Amino acid sequence: MSGTKTAGDKQPFLQIEHMTKRFGQFTALDRISLQIERGEFVCFLGPSGCGKTTLLRAIAGLDLQDEGRVTMDGRDVSFAPPSARDFGIVFQSYALFPNLTVSANVGYGLVNQRWSKSRIKERVTELLALVGLPDQGDKYPVQLSGGQQQRVALARALATSPGLLLLDEPLSALDARVRLRLREQIRDLQRDLGVTTIMVTHDQEEALTMADRIVVMNHGVIEQIGTPIEVYATPATAFVADFVGTMSFFEGTLQSSRKLKVAGIDLACSDDRGLAAGTKVTVGLRPEEVRVRDVTADTPNRVAVYIDDLEFMGAFCRARLLTVSGDVPILADFSVNLMRDMAVSVGKHLTVALPEQSLHVFATPIDELTTEEAA
Amino acid sequence: MADLAPAASRAILSRRRGFPVPSENAVAGILVALLCVFLLISIALPLYALLSKSFQNASGEFVGLRNFAAYFANPILVDSLFNSLFIASLSTIIVIPLAFTYAYALTRTCMPAKALFYALALLPLFAPSLMSALSLVYIFGNQGFLRWMLMGNSIYGPIGIVIAQVTYTFPHAVLILVTALGLSDGRLYEVANALGTSKTRIFRTVTLPGAQYGLISATFVVFTLVITDFGIPKVIGGQYNVLATDVYRAVVGQQNFEMGAVVGMILLVPAVIAFGVDRIVNRRQVALLSARAVPYQPGPNRRRDIGFVIYCLVVAVLVAAALGVAVWASFIRYWPYNLSLTTANYNFPRFDPNGWGPYFTSLKLAVLASVIGTTVIFTGAYIIEKTKAFPFARGFAHFLAMMPVAVPGLVLGLGYVFFFNAPWNPLNIFYATLTILVVNTITHFFTVSHITALTALKQIDREFEAVSASLKVPFWNTFRRVTVPICLPSILDIAVYLFINAMTTVSAVIFLYGAQTKLASISIVHMDEAGFIAAAAAMATMIVATSVGVKILHILLDRYVLARFQFWRRK
Repeated sequence: MSGTKTAGDKQPFLQIEHMTKRFGQFTALDRISLQIERGEFVCFLGPSGCGKTTLLRAIAGLDLQDEGRVTMDGRDVSFAPPSARDFGIVFQSYALFPNLTVSANVGYGLVNQRWSKSRIKERVTELLALVGLPDQGDKYPVQLSGGQQQRVALARALATSPGLLLLDEPLSALDARVRLRLREQIRDLQRDLGVTTIMVTHDQEEALTMADRIVVMNHGVIEQIGTPIEVYATPATAFVADFVGTMSFFEGTLQSSRKLKVAGIDLACSDDRGLAAGTKVTVGLRPEEVRVRDVTADTPNRVAVYIDDLEFMGAFCRARLLTVSGDVPILADFSVNLMRDMAVSVGKHLTVALPEQSLHVFATPIDELTTEEAA
Repeated sequence: MADLAPAASRAILSRRRGFPVPSENAVAGILVALLCVFLLISIALPLYALLSKSFQNASGEFVGLRNFAAYFANPILVDSLFNSLFIASLSTIIVIPLAFTYAYALTRTCMPAKALFYALALLPLFAPSLMSALSLVYIFGNQGFLRWMLMGNSIYGPIGIVIAQVTYTFPHAVLILVTALGLSDGRLYEVANALGTSKTRIFRTVTLPGAQYGLISATFVVFTLVITDFGIPKVIGGQYNVLATDVYRAVVGQQNFEMGAVVGMILLVPAVIAFGVDRIVNRRQVALLSARAVPYQPGPNRRRDIGFVIYCLVVAVLVAAALGVAVWASFIRYWPYNLSLTTANYNFPRFDPNGWGPYFTSLKLAVLASVIGTTVIFTGAYIIEKTKAFPFARGFAHFLAMMPVAVPGLVLGLGYVFFFNAPWNPLNIFYATLTILVVNTITHFFTVSHITALTALKQIDREFEAVSASLKVPFWNTFRRVTVPICLPSILDIAVYLFINAMTTVSAVIFLYGAQTKLASISIVHMDEAGFIAAAAAMATMIVATSVGVKILHILLDRYVLARFQFWRRK
């Protein structure tokens, strides 16, 4: 294997080219191409039905694609059965064998590799310690909590030291608190082992906190690939902007290069995506980017607004602002501090600034945006 | 990764890559192909043989509908058709309300000893259909102690057939209706009560609509069972001809295969309709009950509960008597003159040249059908449900597996005669051997077992095979280590179901046995024909005792032995 390894270090670990999968009339994957580096943690993020699980299962060889190539560690495995690929997988349902002990579950794949009993035992002990479940080996899955079962599933997937770890919504079936803890644990484990990992999730927070890179998918195509910060701060499409984090959208027209007009108000933006002057665009702005303090006469992008509605969210308040000219709705997050200092209440008039690097311009018409439930 | 992946494991991995293990797809493909071949030979081709035979003359030339025309031109045969329809309709009209009330008592009242009453109602399932007919002969026959009740009518004829059919089909109807009445939304009753609805109106607007699909299904099942049953009219039909006895006479007596095929085709009609209706009904029944429904919990009501206890007691005693009298009579020295007890009637060599042979042949058949059948059916269901390759072949195998339920035993037996007895068929060496009896029995009861297996398999996490594949464990290892242990209770259910049906069935095998392979149930028919009714009752008693014994063993095994192997289910 040493021969392929040097070559593998120059190439991406996993390469997917023009992958297409149809179910009858429905196109689940539409010519997906993607590269994943060795040791990377990549999240496939998107709403249900976007094709993320289909893509994962195609990489695993569980459901073969109709067209396209998969190269794993320099090997073309496009049509190889799952057992001829090199991966471990963890499912949302844990899929632990209920009639086998925790140890037998973890050692399930090792028995088949004709390891000696003592070596298997050693390895299982090592793995159980690794996922923080030492001394639980003799229990049956039903005796463990959901979080513990999922860690056993993780140990089982890692037992054979696969080159690729696939996680199919591993945290979705767990309580919120357990989910947070396990999120961290998986991330740490992945960093320690350096195993290339792909996780499918519909939870944007999960993706943002865990991934090295996020692949945002919708309707069977990739909308954006980037680091969490890139995806959040510079969404490539209106869909990504809408799906990852919160963003308020309003209509505007591109006046000239990097100059916008929204309901008669002139605004500057730092990126106009090279669209022609006169184009009707959708402008997006994250609520936390709206500036209220220190807005002076020479602050750029000043807008006079009044507060239409306030929603208490716990640590902050989400305000619905309407521009004085044109009643354009803008969402803004106000900290409790700011609320007190500025004596904010419904009906109050304010002058806010919309930082030009925070105004995202999209060519997608506003009525084509649907705020989909991330489920 | 280095600390976790000893170099040796890497080496093992790459070595394994060098020598491919037998491809899982190839193994799955071979198994699907074998299943398809088995079902083609055991169900599809025999049915085709029957179909083509009904359009051919004695020398095998195609004659179109001439056989059918000849059939309908024969007034005696047409009479049988009307007799069959009359018997089946009358039995259905009697048994459905009877079974509905019984099932209602079991599901919607607080009467005591429900489990006992349920068990009593199911008792006829453990006996050959003709056993109740034997009892009737003792009760109402020429020497019967209640003969006066018939007011001069003979029990040999429609009266006897209908009473025996009611007993025989009663448990089938109760099973379906208990399920239908058990699937009820308690909230609907609470709403109806909250709106001040009268009891009769609730029954009419909530209970009956909820059970209507069960009622439809039960009606068709009972009608089909009656019209295709052979044992009862054979024993107690007297001169009253029905389709089932016509087939037997045409094929076994007169070697008139063409006419037998025509009657077989006619018998297939109600069964196929019943099958279609059942499929539609099943789909609707499931849709009827939302996932949020809360099962109905009956509250105590003294007057109602006592009324239902009396009703159930009467019905259960009648059902038990319909079997019990034959058991009792089998120990009587000389009915009705000498009622002292004896085991002389169990000295079978006195009555049948084969003696005890048929009983042991039946036992052998039941064990073989049970062991082989369970293995084939469960493995087949696993391949169909859990493997991914060859979707078309798996779909075809499933289609074939669903066919036998629509084919009455008598028709299946006929198909076997035409297919396996054909001179051109190399498989005719199996004719009249135990092999063909085993294959026929497995096929006859294939569908119900197949569905049981599928239901059990669908309840298992569908990702087990994916996980195994990722761990490079072939599916047959997971099948052995995980799937079979988890499904053991269902596997046992299938085995017992096949065993009991192999012991009791008459209709299909009556055409297929040979001198060395006569079965207990057929021996009953023969001994009854020869006038040894007590011996026939004794053989029937042996069958019931064996079936009930196996069932009790099953319950004990399930409760005490299996439970110990299923400790992993407990928290």
